[in-house]
Amino acid sequence: MALPKVKQTATEERLAAMSLPEAPGWTGPARDAAVARVGAMGLPGRRDEYWKFTRPDTLVQAEAPRAATFEGGDEAPTFDGIDRLKVVFVDGVFDEAASDDLALEGLKIERLAEAQKSDLHWARDVYGRLEERGQSPVDRPLAALNTAFATDGILIHVSGKVTKPVHFVYHHKSETSDAMLHHCVKLEEGAELTVLESGPAAARFNNVMEVEVADTARFAHIRTQGRDHERRAATHIFTRLGTESTFKSFTMTANGVMTRNECVIELTGDDAVAHVAGAALGDGDFHHDDTVFITHDAVNCESRQVFKKVLRNGATGVFQGKILVKAGAQKTDGYQISQSLLLDGDSQFLAKPELEIYADDVACSHGSTSGAIDETALFYLRSRGVPTQQATDLLTLAFLAEAVDEIDDEALREEIVDRLRGWLERRRG
Amino acid sequence: MLEIKNLQVKLEEEDKQILKGVDLKVGAGEVHAIMGPNGSGKSTLSYVLSGRDGYEVTGGEATLDGEDLLDLEPEERAALGLFLAFQYPVEIPGVGNMTFLRTAVNAQRKAKGEDEMSAADFLKFIRERAKALKIDADMLKRPVNVGFSGGEKKRNEILQMAVLEPKMCILDETDSGLDVDAMKLVAEGVNALRTEGRGFLVITHYQRLLDHIKPDVVHIMSNGKIVKTGGPELALEVENNGYAEFLDTEEA
Ligand SMILES: Nc1ncnc2c1ncn2[C@@H]1O[C@H](COP(=O)(O)OP(=O)(O)O)[C@@H](O)[C@H]1O
Ligand SMILES: [Mg+2]
Repeated sequence: MALPKVKQTATEERLAAMSLPEAPGWTGPARDAAVARVGAMGLPGRRDEYWKFTRPDTLVQAEAPRAATFEGGDEAPTFDGIDRLKVVFVDGVFDEAASDDLALEGLKIERLAEAQKSDLHWARDVYGRLEERGQSPVDRPLAALNTAFATDGILIHVSGKVTKPVHFVYHHKSETSDAMLHHCVKLEEGAELTVLESGPAAARFNNVMEVEVADTARFAHIRTQGRDHERRAATHIFTRLGTESTFKSFTMTANGVMTRNECVIELTGDDAVAHVAGAALGDGDFHHDDTVFITHDAVNCESRQVFKKVLRNGATGVFQGKILVKAGAQKTDGYQISQSLLLDGDSQFLAKPELEIYADDVACSHGSTSGAIDETALFYLRSRGVPTQQATDLLTLAFLAEAVDEIDDEALREEIVDRLRGWLERRRG
Repeated sequence: MLEIKNLQVKLEEEDKQILKGVDLKVGAGEVHAIMGPNGSGKSTLSYVLSGRDGYEVTGGEATLDGEDLLDLEPEERAALGLFLAFQYPVEIPGVGNMTFLRTAVNAQRKAKGEDEMSAADFLKFIRERAKALKIDADMLKRPVNVGFSGGEKKRNEILQMAVLEPKMCILDETDSGLDVDAMKLVAEGVNALRTEGRGFLVITHYQRLLDHIKPDVVHIMSNGKIVKTGGPELALEVENNGYAEFLDTEEA
């Protein structure tokens, strides 16, 4: 089908402004195919059904809109207390001096920009592959754009149970930076890994992570997106899960005029478990969109989506979440909840929860609510001497608890709770 | 201690007068009971004293140790030493009972300019108070009142009272929904707190709680007013004859 003229022009302009790496090595065919995909799909437009609640213009336009950088004061950097392997990117550019040695027992870790110098690589089976699978039944052109033009990223091949997390640390230092990173993680049978991500990566960030989880492997992902309010981000996670494997991803977002986090999960092995959760807080022109698509294509799998948003002073929260249960995916256990806490009458929460089920023996539930602070609970706390503001914060954290509790690791969970509390106590920023 | 003069209260949203001139004076060390039929305004009185929204004071006053209560925020009233054990304790999903208790205790210490209690000290303190009320570790860990039985909720109210050590305690139908054993526990909890400096206002529909918590003074409330005041024998009279003889003619 031919693209509408406006969309075709926008897409062509954007593609013309981009450049492929000179020596793409083994990524070459994947990049070329992705360029073709983008051309065929066209970049997102404001008329697209999938972008009904979020305007894609600033994510699509050739130049990244200017975004002031943010000074967090003397707070400790995120995940500073956790023993981890740090990989640092500044405005999308690898910072070798600030990074740890790319070596850890139980895994092989490389930069995309280095690894693509060779003609053969294990990541050839992952790079762009999961993204391409995720293009059906819904187009995700920004992810294809990323596969085509990503300048760097991290490739991790995990063969053992790795206890030390790998941490992608992003810094935003230039007001006009436009970063595009693409990460691939492949966990072999029985392997385990936690990936952490923190910080705003650039004025505009397009990030893709593809995660192949083999049978009985376990992958955990905990991310904070940075408090730079003006930055924009479109992120995609694509994952495919083998038998008895586990995937868990949690994202905390505080501030940001534009964040679109897409997560595309395919449960292809029996008894697999996938959880994706998010806690988002923002005010004013905060715009935060969680878009999730989970496909159950095996027996006895479990999926959970838990998304909570705290919105204030006219902030906007979006949730689009779908559970697709294919014929034969019996005994599916699918749970989806998306809720917003509106701290005033100006804020809005737009939700589109969807279930599409072609198997008969499944248990799926979904719910979406929008509400204010519970006045009765607030009075109860105040009657015990807790000042209004502190009581409101406590109830707000309680509202977020179901999402935060999706983080299994206690130290990581406590750090996230501290950061959420800090945001509430500062009132903003 | 607590002095209420000609207190008149209507609903904020509706043109409905609920308290029609209540007079009451509870001295330090005294236990007063308020009895009365359902709908007479007992809970309204307790809510207005603790500062709940939705009511409008149209006349009269209420003071605690001379301080005007009605102008204060609920948390300020609590800091002055006022405590209400709710008729219907509120469930707060997502907030652990222990966190709730520690937050309350530390907020009040802070209001008084005292240091906050450390987590370890607090744990010791709370365990001791909880034990007396047969509240186990599990009830402390669970979210506030969520999934608690009626009796557990009421014991949890008394636990809050025991750790906050208020000087003026209002108990709103703390006996409702309790079996005999649970009521004894609650009564023991209250009696343990009876001291010279502390006042109690025990609201109850039935006389039986007053067998365990012996009141100094009993008031009968009907149709938004205190219609009779007497000694403990008044409670027995109600037990034997019901409320009929005390009711306003317009009501009866
Ligand atoms: N928030 C409210 N909204 C509507 N009616 C109320 C409200 N609070 C109290 N009332 C009414 O006021 C009267 C007194 O109620 P309440 O104080 O609960 O009495 P009691 O505790 O003695 O049973 C009742 O008629 C009750 O329906
Ligand atoms: Mg009542």
